[in-house]
Amino acid sequence: MADKMDLLDVEVWDGNMAASQAMRQAQIDVVAAYPITPSTPVVENYAGFLANGYIDGEFVMVESEHAAMSGCIGAAAAGGRVATATSSQGFDLMVETLYQASGMRLPIILNVVNRALAAPLNVNGDHSDMYLGRDSGWIQFNAYNAQDAYDLNLIAFRVAEDHKVRLPAMIHQDGFMTSHTAEGVLTLSDDDAYNFIGDYKPMNAMLDFEKPATYGVQTEEDWHFEHKARQHNDLMTKVNPVIQEVFDAFEKETGRKFDFVTNHNLDDADVAIVAMGTTVDTAMLVADQLREEGKKVGVLGLRVIRPFPFEKLAAALSNVKAVCCMDRSAPGGTVGMLYNEICGAMYNSANHPVITGYVYGLGGRDMTVEYLKGIFADGEANAAAGKPTTPLQQFIGVRGPKLNFL
Amino acid sequence: MSEIKKIKNLKEFSTSADRFEGANLLCPGCAHSIIVREVLNATNDDLVLAASTGCLEVCTAVYPYTSWDASWIHIGFENSSTAVAGAEAMYNALKRKGRLPQPDRTPKFVAFAGDGASYDIGFQWISGCFERGHDMMYVVLDNEVYANTGGQRSSSTPVGSSTTTAPAGRVSYGEKKEKKDMMSIMAAHHAPYVAQVAPNKWKDMVKKIQRGFNTVGPVFINAVSPCTTEWKFDPADTMMLTDLSTDSLVFPLYEIIDNKELNITYRPKNVVPVIDYLGAQGRFKHLFKPENKHILDGWQKRVDDNWDYLQRREEARV
Ligand SMILES: Cc1ncc(C[n+]2csc(CCOP(=O)(O)OP(=O)(O)O)c2C)c(N)n1
Ligand code: SF4
Ligand SMILES: [Mg+2]
Repeated sequence: MADKMDLLDVEVWDGNMAASQAMRQAQIDVVAAYPITPSTPVVENYAGFLANGYIDGEFVMVESEHAAMSGCIGAAAAGGRVATATSSQGFDLMVETLYQASGMRLPIILNVVNRALAAPLNVNGDHSDMYLGRDSGWIQFNAYNAQDAYDLNLIAFRVAEDHKVRLPAMIHQDGFMTSHTAEGVLTLSDDDAYNFIGDYKPMNAMLDFEKPATYGVQTEEDWHFEHKARQHNDLMTKVNPVIQEVFDAFEKETGRKFDFVTNHNLDDADVAIVAMGTTVDTAMLVADQLREEGKKVGVLGLRVIRPFPFEKLAAALSNVKAVCCMDRSAPGGTVGMLYNEICGAMYNSANHPVITGYVYGLGGRDMTVEYLKGIFADGEANAAAGKPTTPLQQFIGVRGPKLNFL
Repeated sequence: MSEIKKIKNLKEFSTSADRFEGANLLCPGCAHSIIVREVLNATNDDLVLAASTGCLEVCTAVYPYTSWDASWIHIGFENSSTAVAGAEAMYNALKRKGRLPQPDRTPKFVAFAGDGASYDIGFQWISGCFERGHDMMYVVLDNEVYANTGGQRSSSTPVGSSTTTAPAGRVSYGEKKEKKDMMSIMAAHHAPYVAQVAPNKWKDMVKKIQRGFNTVGPVFINAVSPCTTEWKFDPADTMMLTDLSTDSLVFPLYEIIDNKELNITYRPKNVVPVIDYLGAQGRFKHLFKPENKHILDGWQKRVDDNWDYLQRREEARV
C-alpha cells in the first residue's frame, strides 16, 4: 500500500504540482514517462512521490515520448489505470501513438503542458502542441490555472474510464504561465480524491487470460470507416453526457462548478472574447474593468476543446454582436482553429455576430491587459458597425509592421 | 517459475497448441508462421503477445478475424517491444496491488517483429526495453527485407541482395552494405540471453525459447525467416532454404549468455558452400554473372571469418 499524504485544505502549488498530486491521488497503475520542459516537473514530482513511498504503481522511465505513449498503450490494454505528461516536441513525437491510443479506445490520461513547436526552438508556452493533436480522437480539457489543472485531472480519469466512454483524455495547461506559477489550490484528501475517481474497472484486459483480446487490428476500406465513424459518433453523442455527470458530481463534492464553456457575463454582452488557457483569466479581469466603465463585454472560455461544444458555445454567444477569437498558435496559412470552429458553430445559429480572429502569444509572448483592451475595443467597433471594421486576422504583439490578413 | 513443457517429437510439438491459428493470410511457405508456432508451442503458460507492423501483423489480425487465441496487441511499426514492456509493467503493478484477474498464472510477454521493425525503425525502443530490463522476449522474424511493403532494403539486408530500394542494375550489384550485427549489439546490452535460431532446427530452437522463457529479464531471439516472395524461391522449398542457411553457416546457430559466454549450438556435419545458399534464391541471381564473382568470393570469406570468430569466442569462453 502506498502511504497517504496529509494535504492542507489549501496548498501552494504550481500547475505541474497540481497535476502530479492529482495523478498520485488517482493511484495510477502504470506511468510511463519522459521529461521535457515545461512538463518535466510532473515526471520529477511523480518520481519523488515514488521514492518516498506514496506510489505503489509502476513508474517506467522510458527513452522517448513515443515510447512513453507506446508503454502507456500496452499497459492500458493490459488492463489498469494509466497516465503520463508531456509538452511540445515530446507531444509531436507522440502523435502517431495518440491516434493509436484513441483508436484502441484506451482511457489514458495525458497532461499536456502547452509549449511552442520548433523551429525556431522555444521552451515557452503557446498552444501549437495542443492544436497539433486536435483531431487525434482524444477528449481534451482546458485548464486556465493550477486549480483547474488539479480538478480537471480528477474529472478526466472518471470521464475517460467510464465504460460508456473508454477514450483517452488530455488536460491542457499553459506552459510556465500555469505550470510554473505557484497559486493557492483547494485540495481533496487522498481518500476523497480517490473515491471521487473510483476504482479502475477493466474491460477487455489483456491480462484476463480467460478471455484473450486482440488489440490493434488491420482494417482497410471494408471496415476502417466504420471504426472511425463509430468513434466519432461516441465523441459526439456519448461523451458529453458523461462529462456533464462528472462535472455535476464534482460540484456536489467540492462546490466548484465546471461547464463545457465558461460563460463570463455573456448574457447581456455585446462583445465576447473567446480564449483558452491563462488568457481566459486575464480576459475576465479586463472584462470586469471594462464593465465598470459601462462597457457590455464578456468572455467565453473553452473548457472542453474536444468534443467541441458547438451547441453550448452557440447558446452562450446567442446575444453577442461581435466575437473576437484568440488563437495562440501559428495558423500556417489559414485562420486559427478557434476562429474556424466558432464560425462553424455560429453560422447555422440564429445569431450571426461579427467574428474576427487574433493570433497572439507565440513562443510565450505575453498577452497583456492593454492588448486585451484593444481587442475588446475592436469588438465594440464591429458590434456598432454590424460588420468587421478590422481585418479578419490580426497578429497581436509581434514586432515590426502590423501583420493583418484577410 | 512455471514448469518447462516437455516435448517428445515433432508431430506432438507441431500440434501441441493452437494459440496461433493456421487460418491467416501469410504466403504459403512463409517461415514467419512456423517460427511463431514454435515459440508459442514451447510453453503452456499464458501469453501476452505483441507484433510490430509487418507481414505477421497484417496477415493475422484482419478485422473481424484474428488468428490469435492469446492476448495480442499491435500498436505500430516500431514499438511492439514497448507494447509488451508496458503490459509487463501493468502485470507487476496489478500483482503488487492484488488485482490480477488470475493471480496464480505466470504469463510470458513476447514481442514479434520483422528485421525492419527491429534493426531499423524500432531499434531505439528495443534498446530502451533491454536497458530497463523488462521480463520479456523479443523475437525478430529476420527475412532481411521489408517484405510487407514489397521488398525494400533494411539494415539486415545482406550484401548483393537485390531489393526494390537497392536493386541490382546495369551498374549495381544491389545492396552494398553488410548486414547489421544485431546479435552483438543486443548482447552488448548485457541481456541475460541472446540467441539465433532457425525453424528447421526445431529442437535447438525450442531449447533456446524455453531457456529464454525461464530467464528473468529481456531475451533477444533472432530467427532466420526465409521469405518465398522476396527471396524468390518456390514456396515448397522453405525448409530446404532454411537448411541451406544454417548449413552454409550464413545463419550460424549460437547463443550469448550475459554477454559473457558464447555457445555454438549447431555444427553442420557437412558445411555447404555459400554459393549453394545464394544460388537457390532469385534475389542473388545477378551475383552469378562473371563481373560479380568478387562479390561471391567476398561472401564466402565473410561467412568463414564470422564462423572462425564465433569458434574463437566459444573456445575462449567469452
Ligand atoms: C512509422 C512507419 N513507417 C513505415 C511504415 C511502413 N511499413 C509497414 S511494414 C514495413 C516493413 C516491414 O518490414 P519488416 O519489419 O522487416 O517485417 P516483414 O514484413 O519483412 O516481416 C514498412 C516499411 C509504417 N507502417 N510505419
Ligand atoms: S512476403 Fe515473405 S514474409 Fe511476407 S508473408 Fe509472404 S513469405 Fe511471409
Ligand atoms: Mg523483414
